[in-house]
Amino acid sequence: MQRGWFARRSRAEELALDEMNDAWVKCNGCQQILFARDFERNLKVCNRCGHHHRLPARERIALLADADTFVERDVEVVSDDPLGFPEYADKLSKGKANSGLPEAMVTGTCTISGIPIVLAVADFAFMGGSMGSAVGEKVARAMEHALETKQPIVICSTSGGARMQEGLLSLMQMAKTCAAAAKLQEAGVPYISVLTDPTMAGVLASYASVGDVVIAEPGALVGFAGQRVAAQAQVVKPPPNFQTAEFQLEHGMVDIVVPRKELKHTLYRLLRFFTGG
Amino acid sequence: MRTVLDFEKPIAELDANIEALKRLTAEQGIDKSEEIAALERDRERLLREIFRNLTPWDRTLLARHPQRPYTLDYIRVIFDDFVELHGDRQFGDDGAIIGGMAWLNDKPVMVIGQQKGRDLKERQRRNFGMAKPEGYRKALRLMHLAEKFGRPVITFVDTPAADPGVESESRGISEAIARNLREMISLKVPIVSVVIGEGGSGGALGIAVADRVLMQEYAIYSVIPPEGCAAILWRDPKRAPEAAEALKLTAHDALRFGVVDEVIEEPLGGAHRDPLAAAQIVKEALHRHLPALQRLSVSKLRESRYERYRNLGMWSVATM
Repeated sequence: MQRGWFARRSRAEELALDEMNDAWVKCNGCQQILFARDFERNLKVCNRCGHHHRLPARERIALLADADTFVERDVEVVSDDPLGFPEYADKLSKGKANSGLPEAMVTGTCTISGIPIVLAVADFAFMGGSMGSAVGEKVARAMEHALETKQPIVICSTSGGARMQEGLLSLMQMAKTCAAAAKLQEAGVPYISVLTDPTMAGVLASYASVGDVVIAEPGALVGFAGQRVAAQAQVVKPPPNFQTAEFQLEHGMVDIVVPRKELKHTLYRLLRFFTGG
Repeated sequence: MRTVLDFEKPIAELDANIEALKRLTAEQGIDKSEEIAALERDRERLLREIFRNLTPWDRTLLARHPQRPYTLDYIRVIFDDFVELHGDRQFGDDGAIIGGMAWLNDKPVMVIGQQKGRDLKERQRRNFGMAKPEGYRKALRLMHLAEKFGRPVITFVDTPAADPGVESESRGISEAIARNLREMISLKVPIVSVVIGEGGSGGALGIAVADRVLMQEYAIYSVIPPEGCAAILWRDPKRAPEAAEALKLTAHDALRFGVVDEVIEEPLGGAHRDPLAAAQIVKEALHRHLPALQRLSVSKLRESRYERYRNLGMWSVATM
């Protein structure tokens, strides 16, 4: 019915409508209609309820890295289909189209308020930010680069967990990334883990949880079991804030919950502690 | 009551016939030995036939077979003088992960494993082998204890998953697993893991980062249970057999991907048909791998363990 109604519109009318739609966005938190311009200026955070919407990797890099300092690394590392898993090739193509990225993780070097670091940022639009062999490899290489150059590493995660379509090989990326993290630990190279909405399962249960400092964005979904599994398993009734950044803070699993507009400055303050003096 | 899987039924029928003939011999003194011998030959042929053609889903059912030997069954046969140690020193003692000191062929070792229960009461106490954070933290405490006194660590992996409940989440199940992964990579003593049943995702990996990972031929190792995978892929958990196929969760797949180093044979028809023999084969495998690892220097040991995990994964190099 809706479609029929739209179909009757002229091309010019459609363009006008598109422009109007572009000017407005609906908040996923409070459902209020917001000015797109304000929304973007506010880093995709609702200026009414404070809901933090997901940020594409490129936008987060722009938010954190000093202007023109980000140099991407390992861009050629992309997913294969080692299991010949049903629909995986198709999902990879869609992930590339949705995110405009070759893989769910972007890694490189930059400075944050003048401090040189290694930065890795995941993108949820690429298959839910899931970790397959390529993502695991990029995280491990980023950590190894931090180790070689003795620069701190900051990893911003957003992920449903290990990528099912690569089976056991995805599971092993948990061990691989933690192996690289062990080397950082031994060498005393600082590692800051930033948990953004959502950081779940195999990613939370591996490299994302072993940072020297663990930061989370307000309201981010952060937990081990997917909501469906968790709901089935509950003997104890979950609290209203179950598996949020605030729940994890309350239970001692997160150091700080930091609003997006303060993220860069908070990272700078932490990095200064690690590298300055 | 014994559980008989669908594909095991023809064997169970032959077993019943053989049993009846034996009873006839015993009770009425009628000599049926030739018939019995013939039936036993049939039985063995049938077993071989069935077990040669197992699907990944059949293997999943075998890995979860209620009569399959569990960690404690292996410990009783393989080791001497097992002293179980309890608790994580932080919160409590998790029945889903057991551990303690033991002797393997006159050598002291630390043994850790996930433990399922046999009856309803024990299943509840063991939480169906699903460990909570205190289980993983107990395991790590015992590994550090082993490290302190230079004893190798042997782990037995058999869990559907880590416990996903509110309590586990509240006490940091993700952090507990992640910490184990990082710490096990750097442990200064040899670690050998044996997947004896269900290698359920991160819950399994949390005690399975090792220098050698061995896997019994009818065990499974998977990133997600086939039911969960089918629910996500096709919104239909009943299509689990297809998902089991797609996930490549068998021991031979794991060997092909380099995730395990050796597939350990099981007695004909699976470990549950002859737990004692199954344990003996595992014992031989442990004895084959452990001495070589113990001869390595600490730095060499840790470096090769790092390399083992660093090299896992299959990806492409895109042409730009």
